[in-house]
Amino acid sequence: MKLLSCKETSRLLSQGEDRKLAFGERVALRVHLAICNGCRNVDKQFRFLRQAVHALAESDAGK
Amino acid sequence: MGARFRTSSPLADPADFRRQIEGLRPYLLRYASLQLRDAAAAEDAVQETLLAALAGAAGFAGRANLRTWLTGILKHKIVDTIRRQSRERPISELGAEGREDEFDDLFDARGHWEETPDAWEQPEGALGQKQFLAALDTCLQALPKRTARVFMMREHLGMETPEICKELGITPTHCWVMLHRARTALRLCLQTNWFGKS
Repeated sequence: MKLLSCKETSRLLSQGEDRKLAFGERVALRVHLAICNGCRNVDKQFRFLRQAVHALAESDAGK
Repeated sequence: MGARFRTSSPLADPADFRRQIEGLRPYLLRYASLQLRDAAAAEDAVQETLLAALAGAAGFAGRANLRTWLTGILKHKIVDTIRRQSRERPISELGAEGREDEFDDLFDARGHWEETPDAWEQPEGALGQKQFLAALDTCLQALPKRTARVFMMREHLGMETPEICKELGITPTHCWVMLHRARTALRLCLQTNWFGKS
């Protein structure tokens, strides 16, 4: 199995929000995330962005 | 949060139905503005939505939530507007905006982080704070226009990537590049302007 760099991981994490990743991609991601703190943070942050956009739509702040 | 509205038939009391619809105008305007970032275009989309809703009141009968119904109509109007705009200025004509190497300097030659991304503390707590949402709005407005459009079609309108591609006439790969770019830019912007501040 190919080991992912952080750069490839960031790209795949983003695509994981937009399409169903292939089995091999999911395994490679899980392996990388298990050993990489930075990418785990990015994963959470990408997912948080979706929540944040929804919160903005419900608020008065967005004009 | 989703205010509940009475679901009695709009045809029974048209004046009341009209009042309820008008009451949702500010929400709809905000919804449209977030995507279109153009006050006049947002106003037009909302106006068309309200007219369509009044004309199609019978279509609402029996539905649970007026806001959800109106938002559904508004989404179509917004996409119509985007389609018109992108016919006038096709997104495929973008140059640097779609480049994959945009954020290359975040990584070293082997593709590892130059600077490891920090954890964000209690991000959910920020969601209820006006200042945080204002910071997010500022970060969104700092995105290149077409990148922001694709990102908001995905995250705000909740469209699937194939629909977005079809509307904008771009390839899925191009779409994913732009979405990754948007998420990375927003992540860095929020890190600088919110989560990284002590």
